[in-house]
Amino acid sequence: MARDKPYADIPGTTVFDGLRCRDGYHLNQFCLSLMKPENRERFRANERAYLDEWPMTEAHKQAVLGRDYNGMIALGGNIYFIAKIFATDGKSFQHAAALMTGMTQEDYAKMMLQGGRSPAENRSKKAATDG
Amino acid sequence: MAKVTAGVATSHVPAIGAALDLGKTTDPYWARVFAGYEFSRRWIAAQKPDVVFLVYNDHASAFSLDIIPTFAIGCAERFEPADEGWGPRPVPTVMGDPPFAWHIAESLIEDDFDLTIINKMTVDHGLTVPLSLMFGQPSAWPCRIIPFAVNVVQYPPPSGARCYRLGQALRRAIESYDEPLNVQVWGTGGMSHQLQGPRAGFINTEFDTAFLDRIAGDPEKLAAITRLEYLREAGSEGIELVMWLIMRGALGARVEELHRFYHVPASNTAVGHIILRDV
Repeated sequence: MARDKPYADIPGTTVFDGLRCRDGYHLNQFCLSLMKPENRERFRANERAYLDEWPMTEAHKQAVLGRDYNGMIALGGNIYFIAKIFATDGKSFQHAAALMTGMTQEDYAKMMLQGGRSPAENRSKKAATDG
Repeated sequence: MAKVTAGVATSHVPAIGAALDLGKTTDPYWARVFAGYEFSRRWIAAQKPDVVFLVYNDHASAFSLDIIPTFAIGCAERFEPADEGWGPRPVPTVMGDPPFAWHIAESLIEDDFDLTIINKMTVDHGLTVPLSLMFGQPSAWPCRIIPFAVNVVQYPPPSGARCYRLGQALRRAIESYDEPLNVQVWGTGGMSHQLQGPRAGFINTEFDTAFLDRIAGDPEKLAAITRLEYLREAGSEGIELVMWLIMRGALGARVEELHRFYHVPASNTAVGHIILRDV
């Protein structure tokens, strides 16, 4: 029997469960390699060549090259692993978060200063449909 | 005998560490965050703990996806700050307490909490940002530290109830150690936040406030919060709050609140901080 995944009802959220870990294993391990300065240098010098050293799918590689963070997450990427990519780029968590929400970083920062994204309307896909 | 003298909970937002390391503490944005810890720094300078048992989570720094321990205790002599992608934080090496850590490990495992033993690892912002918030920027940390890493990255993390009971067993472990040590237990992470996907930026002040209101007097109620409720109500990364319950479990049934601070935002996160001690 398939495992019940009630968390799939939470809007705009991907829970990093076992199957996602399996899908994203090589993508995430590539990300982790960027914790070494010499690997960051090699990645910056030729991203494609560095990615080709990893047994990742082409879709994984394209998502990395395009800095498509939502795309990486959909393919099994985990946010704390992906963070090594934007750290390598010298970008902040707020930069990446803004990108994933489709907002400019300025608008996103303003939203946070005003108390963040409200729970209302953001708790449940089902409630939103029923409501 | 060793004694648990206080519990501290605090967020461990990496941007707070960056603000400290880059000298931005007086910028108005960050000054509001650091102001919430002024009491705490004076308090801990007077308390002088010998050992901090520091519950935190690794953020894909020491642990890759090769090995994912649910509970891991650091038994090494020393732990160097991790390079999380922009170079290690310029903070002191964390000095451990191997005999005490091993005593706790053995006691907890005998008490049916199956820990992973770590004899070598680096520590990331999850551990070093709380130290910076509480101790500032000394040339050496003023006490020994036992890192205790909880998996909250790979779903499912341990439940809040499991963490609370682990905290209770931790108290038994600490208080059966035959050295007159002043020990604090810290629980870190949270409060509400979500770093990923279209719902990033999620903050739930109502949930956080209720959590802060109940942690002293009604921890059993907090221990009953399910994983689904954390994900839904505190954000996908807000589930880190289970680690606060290890701290709370290590305190007695009746505690008093010495200090509380809550602020939104630090980068993407609601910052929460509380200091508790037995009465």
